[in-house]
Amino acid sequence: MAKQKNVLPGFNLSLGYTLLYLSLIVLIPLSAAFIKTTELSFNEFWAVVTAPRVLASYKLTFGASFLAALINAVFGLLTAWVLVRYRFPGKKIIDALVDLPFALPTAVAGIALTAVYAGNGWIGSWLEPHGIKVAFTPLGVIIALTFIGLPFVVRTVQPVLEDLESETEEAAASLGANRWQTFTKIIFPAIWPALLTGFALAFARAIGEYGSVIFIAGNVPFVSEITPLIIITKLEQYEYASATAVAVVMLVISFLLLFAINGLQWWFNRHARAVR
Amino acid sequence: MKKSLLAIALLAAAFGTAAPLTATAKDISLLNVSYDPTRELYQDFNDAFGKYWLAKTGDKVTVKASHGGSGKQARAIIDGLDADVATLALAYDIDQLSEKGKLIPKDWQKRLPHNSSPYTSTIVLLVRKGNPKNIKDWDDLVKPSVSVITPNPKTSGGARWNYLAAWAYAQKKNGGDEAKTKEFVGKLFKNVPVLDTGARGSTTTFVERGIGDVLLAWENEAFLAQKELGVGKFEIVVPSLSILAEPPVTVVDKFAKKHGTEAVSKAYLEYLYTEEGQEIAAKNYYRPTLASVAKKYEAQFPKVNFVKIDDDFGGWQVAQKKHFSDGGTFDQIYQK
Repeated sequence: MAKQKNVLPGFNLSLGYTLLYLSLIVLIPLSAAFIKTTELSFNEFWAVVTAPRVLASYKLTFGASFLAALINAVFGLLTAWVLVRYRFPGKKIIDALVDLPFALPTAVAGIALTAVYAGNGWIGSWLEPHGIKVAFTPLGVIIALTFIGLPFVVRTVQPVLEDLESETEEAAASLGANRWQTFTKIIFPAIWPALLTGFALAFARAIGEYGSVIFIAGNVPFVSEITPLIIITKLEQYEYASATAVAVVMLVISFLLLFAINGLQWWFNRHARAVR
Repeated sequence: MKKSLLAIALLAAAFGTAAPLTATAKDISLLNVSYDPTRELYQDFNDAFGKYWLAKTGDKVTVKASHGGSGKQARAIIDGLDADVATLALAYDIDQLSEKGKLIPKDWQKRLPHNSSPYTSTIVLLVRKGNPKNIKDWDDLVKPSVSVITPNPKTSGGARWNYLAAWAYAQKKNGGDEAKTKEFVGKLFKNVPVLDTGARGSTTTFVERGIGDVLLAWENEAFLAQKELGVGKFEIVVPSLSILAEPPVTVVDKFAKKHGTEAVSKAYLEYLYTEEGQEIAAKNYYRPTLASVAKKYEAQFPKVNFVKIDDDFGGWQVAQKKHFSDGGTFDQIYQK
């Protein structure tokens, strides 16, 4: 095979560093998890990862993460829109506030959310008479996951919106498109890939979240017990192998989901280009 | 000399850890890895031991303490946190140091008096002021209108004592009928809206969030909640039957040997059994085992009918397997 000539120099060296870096930081620790699970026979592995309590926790973790990412996709887009398109006093502060969930230790977020949404908290005491319980229910889990996922959508959509020239919208309007058509036909196709990326990041982040959820969830088996807690529980029983078994299942599902979202994005990009 | 000791003591009080200020050959540093609610106890005790050891040998000892969930702490030691002594919530966790870590001999619990438990505690019921739900005993906890707060026995050492105390009561009440006992404990846990991962978490849920009518708690934690978190807001109810909780201590032989601190580590634990050590334990609401100190604090600790883990449950290894392992009775009561 002929050596490929790259226009940019340093391909081999930089690729080598990339692979080394990825291996050290990501691949080696993750493969350790896979190796640890081999202590179990396949039947044991299957029994651990399909136990009813564990299945219930997948449902909660992935379901709540999906809903939280969806909420963030809608309201994150709105936030990004407001931050890019309008000028108003205090905009800089709101812009900085968006990043707060990144910087805050998740335990602090959990404690703060629980204090506010518990039956005697500011919001909780107002909701509870209406029969809405947030803290210590699956709803609380969704709220915590929405909180920690907020910056992802805003920060991925924002730069794309900034690049979008308002001339294109004006052109659409002058050609007779109404506001709705302008949005669905002109703006949305441009920001859609970024929105999807933001959604995927928020989703992935939510699946792995432990610190904040643990305070607000209630942690009752079959109701509000998330998968990361199951892993901690198994560690607490010194069952290292079955803890990693559950971890491996999460890893595989997360990977498949991210892979599917990436695939969707790729397909969409190609599709969009073909249309153009 | 005295001044620098005071400085160290102050540092220890401030950070829960003390760094040796001047490094001479006679500065000894110990690491005590302990469980969650012993913070206050070991803060006082470490100061006292430092003074005692300085007077006795002229060596300066600074004890660092690490606190966390009992199981997590044991795992940290197994994974290489080089503790000189371990003072955990239950013998099962220290058993793992021998079994999984090979750090201590198998018969570690025979090395010190009272099953290596210098102080004991028990499980009591903490209720809100005036006891509005009129909770007197375990029977009241299974009533549908009562909301009970306890941590998760799977993740909390203290919660395992809670669970076993309830189990012992139900077993006695039902004449040893296992199915009825399980039903009783199942009903009790149906009334638990929040399972925190640790004892302090449950205390927070009950005290700060105002959730639940009754908190199943360590006696020392209940006293603390009553005295420090909300004076006059809570009452302690002693059930007709509870469990004698024995939080054991041990020297972690392998690490102590490595550090050359075997003698001082042993002396540290033995000092817990002396009159001074027992006084400090009692002041921090742990039940002393030394008869003279126990007598002095008689009024503080109400009389309780105890079951014991070794006599009534066949020891921790058996109890853990039957109740808290995967598929154990705790899992069964949540099975639909």
